[in-house]
Amino acid sequence: MSVQHENMEIFLKGLWKDNPVFVMLLGMCPVLAVTNSLMNGIAMGLASTFVLFSSSTLISILKNIIPKQVRIATYIVIIATFVTVVDYLIQAISLDLYKALGAFIQLIVVNCIILGRAEAFASKNSVSKSMLDALGMGVGFTIALCCLGGTRELLGSGSLLGFSILGESYEPWAIMILPPGGFFVLGAWLLLFAALKERKAKGEVA
Amino acid sequence: MSMRGNIMELRTSPHLHGQKTVESIMLNVVWALLPVCAYSVYAFGLSALALIVTCTLVCLLTEHLACKWSGKDTSINDYSAIITGILLALTLPPAFPLWMGAVGAFLSITLGKLLFGGIGFNVFNPALVARAFLQAAFPVAITTWTPACYVGRFSGFAPSTLTFPFTTPRPVTDWVAGLGVDGFSGATPLSLFKFGETPVVTDTMALITGNVAGSAGETSAILILLCGLYLIARKMMEWRIPAAMLGMAVLTSGAFYLYDNVSYPSPVFVLFSGGLMLGAMFMATDMVSSPVAPLGIWIYGALIGFITVIIRLLGGLPEGVMYAILLGNALSPLIDTFTQPRIYGARKKAKAEG
Repeated sequence: MSVQHENMEIFLKGLWKDNPVFVMLLGMCPVLAVTNSLMNGIAMGLASTFVLFSSSTLISILKNIIPKQVRIATYIVIIATFVTVVDYLIQAISLDLYKALGAFIQLIVVNCIILGRAEAFASKNSVSKSMLDALGMGVGFTIALCCLGGTRELLGSGSLLGFSILGESYEPWAIMILPPGGFFVLGAWLLLFAALKERKAKGEVA
Repeated sequence: MSMRGNIMELRTSPHLHGQKTVESIMLNVVWALLPVCAYSVYAFGLSALALIVTCTLVCLLTEHLACKWSGKDTSINDYSAIITGILLALTLPPAFPLWMGAVGAFLSITLGKLLFGGIGFNVFNPALVARAFLQAAFPVAITTWTPACYVGRFSGFAPSTLTFPFTTPRPVTDWVAGLGVDGFSGATPLSLFKFGETPVVTDTMALITGNVAGSAGETSAILILLCGLYLIARKMMEWRIPAAMLGMAVLTSGAFYLYDNVSYPSPVFVLFSGGLMLGAMFMATDMVSSPVAPLGIWIYGALIGFITVIIRLLGGLPEGVMYAILLGNALSPLIDTFTQPRIYGARKKAKAEG
């Protein structure tokens, strides 16, 4: 396998084969809690991607000098640093968005995708590979949040990013903006992903 | 069933089979529901008829297509999808937009039944799953009531019935005002009592016969009671469930009534108003989602009756039957675990040793 191909694989597995939300079911808390609109989904996805990318890079650089016994604590300190950066950044860019996302920005610290990638990948691989892996996972997470946020906003308010899509007379499905709607939509997307995967697996066998 | 003819068959129990099959019981439930449907059409006219037909057809179609799609034999012949469709329609307001009814019917079969594995595996009553979804999705439409037995109900639909799919239904206020129905404030007996400035107690006779506003099929308490008794007489329904549920509802509301007979309704009102009767007879008695052992059944029924009254009297909603039954469904496996009857021949001590 060529190096380029291998790098591509590392990046792409976060999007499809090991998608953090639809396949690994990690980070469910922000996935369900903040995806009541597409904008919130994008913002949450980008914030998480930034933290994931920066912390994976730094951890990969420092992997040989971090003592094994305290590695988790060290990872958390590094992640928390970047989360603080994101926290202030979002506050500076848009206060409305900051209020909409609420405590879930700070809670990126405990997002298991980030710690999971640090432990499973960044601490064992080279810096460039860790960066690619983090980027792939981050983009995969963002795509998943957009899928959920888009579906919920479209059905729940008839709009996308605040622009009316389905017209004035559309009757909004209030449940989609409420927490139960998050579970329903996540379930529907998981069903779709599972069905696609099964179909692909059947095609490969045949 | 055996292809091999004369070879002796060794099978596990049960060796004796009753005459009743799933199909025959379900068909009888459909028969028992038809008078309720008929009264619903009589009281609310073409709108209720269209709603019942739409929900039933969508349920059947969904079940058929889903079975075909997953490569199984179609399971619409066991009549259970028809029951789900009829029950869903009977719990909805008569002027409910048909497209919302169709969405509910689709979800009742997919979300409430087939995702769990089809008939016999559903955790919750499928019709109530759909109704709970509709209640959360369209809170306005599902609390838009129309008067019963108005003139002209057989010559046209309520304005909200034929709403174009996915659009907002037109408000019915002007239309109701134009009907010339005296004293109709667009509320059911339960919400009149709960949200009126002074609690309004609807005439008991009207509650029993069903000449009140409400969901399409919940209004005529006496008719539902008779249809339920038919099923009980044919031993196709567990009589303990409605008995426990209605009994507990009367006891609980009786206690409240004795404590304060102004702000709390009388047990008779609680018994005959809203969906309690329909829920007790046809929803809570769903064989799959209710406990098996007699003691468990008593607990299950009493629990639902109790929660219904608590939601009605103390909660924010005027009606609580739906959530009470769904909660009862959720708890029924737990109740089953705690109330397992003694195995024949086993002693209590042996259990401790084993």
